[in-house]
Amino acid sequence: MVGAPPFPQPSATQAWLLSPEPSSRWQARLGRGYLGWRAFTKNPLAVLGLGIVVLLILVAIFADLIAPYSPIAGGDLRTERLLPPSAEHWFGTDDLARDIFSRVVYGSRITLWVIVLVALIATPIGLLVGTVSGYLGGWVDTVLMRITDIFLAFPRLILALAFVAALGPGIENAVIAIAITSWPPYARIARAETLTIRNSDFIAAVKLQGASTPRIILGHVVPLCISSLIIRVTLDMAGIILTAAGLGFLGLGAQPPMPEWGAMVATGRNYLIDQWWVAAMPGIAIFVVSLGFNLLGDGLRDVLDPKAAK
Amino acid sequence: MASETMTRSGGHDALRSFLKRTAQFLLVLATTLLGLIAVTFFIGRVVPIDPVIAIVGDRAPAHVYERAREELGLDLPLIQQFGIYVKKAVTGDFGNSVLTTNPVMTDIANVFPATLELATLGTIIGTLLGIPLGVLAAVKRGSLIDQLVRLLGLVGYSVPIFWLGLMSLLLFYAKLGWVGGPGRIDVTYSYLYTPVTGIVLLDTAMQGQWDAFWDAVSHIALPACLLGYFSLAYISRMTRSFMLNELAQEYVIAARVKGLSEMRVIWRHALRNAAVPLVTVIALSYANLLEGSVLTETVFAWPGLGQYITNSLQNADMNAVLGGTLVIGAVFVLLNLVSDLLYRLLDPRTR
Repeated sequence: MVGAPPFPQPSATQAWLLSPEPSSRWQARLGRGYLGWRAFTKNPLAVLGLGIVVLLILVAIFADLIAPYSPIAGGDLRTERLLPPSAEHWFGTDDLARDIFSRVVYGSRITLWVIVLVALIATPIGLLVGTVSGYLGGWVDTVLMRITDIFLAFPRLILALAFVAALGPGIENAVIAIAITSWPPYARIARAETLTIRNSDFIAAVKLQGASTPRIILGHVVPLCISSLIIRVTLDMAGIILTAAGLGFLGLGAQPPMPEWGAMVATGRNYLIDQWWVAAMPGIAIFVVSLGFNLLGDGLRDVLDPKAAK
Repeated sequence: MASETMTRSGGHDALRSFLKRTAQFLLVLATTLLGLIAVTFFIGRVVPIDPVIAIVGDRAPAHVYERAREELGLDLPLIQQFGIYVKKAVTGDFGNSVLTTNPVMTDIANVFPATLELATLGTIIGTLLGIPLGVLAAVKRGSLIDQLVRLLGLVGYSVPIFWLGLMSLLLFYAKLGWVGGPGRIDVTYSYLYTPVTGIVLLDTAMQGQWDAFWDAVSHIALPACLLGYFSLAYISRMTRSFMLNELAQEYVIAARVKGLSEMRVIWRHALRNAAVPLVTVIALSYANLLEGSVLTETVFAWPGLGQYITNSLQNADMNAVLGGTLVIGAVFVLLNLVSDLLYRLLDPRTR
């Protein structure tokens, strides 16, 4: 990072950020972040991935402004059904004369909602199970890891299917089912990190100061596991989106008339041969968004975890 | 499942460690399978559908309801119910399917060969194409073919399998007419052969029904290529990283210094060493295809286990869903363990 200065004259901000003698903790942190950002932006694919994810978030926030039509209420069923893509309906219309572009735009909200919720549920579970298991060791470790292995043993979609079957179809239950199937790899990673941290001197020092086990785990072990977990969760986002879309496609995710992309592809299945756009457009949206998360995850991994990159 | 036991020389020690590892292996297998059963039992318990009403109907008088409840063993304590459930599951008894009225295990035995056929063919395609592609990508790092492998991998990890299936049906079946449509075989041909193995390609070929055979080929080609693509995306990516690892080793330099041809160095020396972890990858990708088959079978109307599970789901047939889930889970566990065993057998360093 030090060699090959890309800017002939670093601005004052850059000089401050890259100062070899940061005068405060904040300056040091910001400097590190800036270096990471520079490494990240050198990778055009990663930037593209970030762009896609940011676009997804923006589209989800401003769906009301972007979408020209209502995602639920359709047009005239006699004249506006299954229209091909045109200037008025960019992605065409579906069997209920609804504008597909508007539905795809609103569908971004559902996708975002699903991944945020799954990440919020699954990451803490995995983090807690992994760190507790790794730090305590012994029979706690054995039991927790056996349970983790059992959940890993099921293929993700199949387990999610079984859970949704039990809980009943619906977006909330799909989220719960995906979260239940997502945490085991996180627990594995958190445990592996904890094992390398647990015997280090600073943990021994904290222990000697009389810190309790929960305090050590939550205050000192967990923060160090977070960066590798973030990479993993980001890389997992694509899988979460695809699982959610798969559940939607099977009719087990979001229920109609919600504009969920997977369910929209399922509708388009009935009109595949003559009205291909009904199935094609939402599928492209799923593809682009999960591609974005994959690219972003790869880029983050290269920056935050150079060991695992190659 | 780390291989922590290192054997010292001496037949006695070797035997003891072998026995110890086998015992460990069986223990892991047993606890994992028990765990699978426990998970499906738990799922079966939280179902909002009352299994008694599903059988006797909601207008049944109270005494009929009670008797059915007793016959199903639902009046027993949970732990005892779990014991019975385990005992039955171990013998392959998952109860009867409400939809087909057959025992679930019979149904599964009927549909499983179709899934097996599809997933096996997919894995074969993925392996045969994925390994050479991955090797080439590693050898010519940064070249066009390396970029291609990267692209194939990225798309494979990002594209929804059911959508790609629909689009390929649209293109290759509806527009171009290169392949047969959904299903395993045309109805015209389906009475020309007797199902023996349940694997259509084998049955038709063995009975010399070549017209039927080629029809079956045209039906399986598209879904098998689709699954093959997903397997290829994974296998080529992993082959590339294993090969990069091997090509940086000293023995490769030694082989080159010795004057061996580049072909020999790459394909005989480096690939051979990369082959050991690749076995695990192939087994894993095979297991993943079982999962991918759920969506693929739905798209291609392929009468396999995946379609059976989704059909049962839509009809709230929980016995069938849980039985199917358990079977796929068990196959998944077995494949994982087999790949683990193979790894130990093939890699002398783990002995």
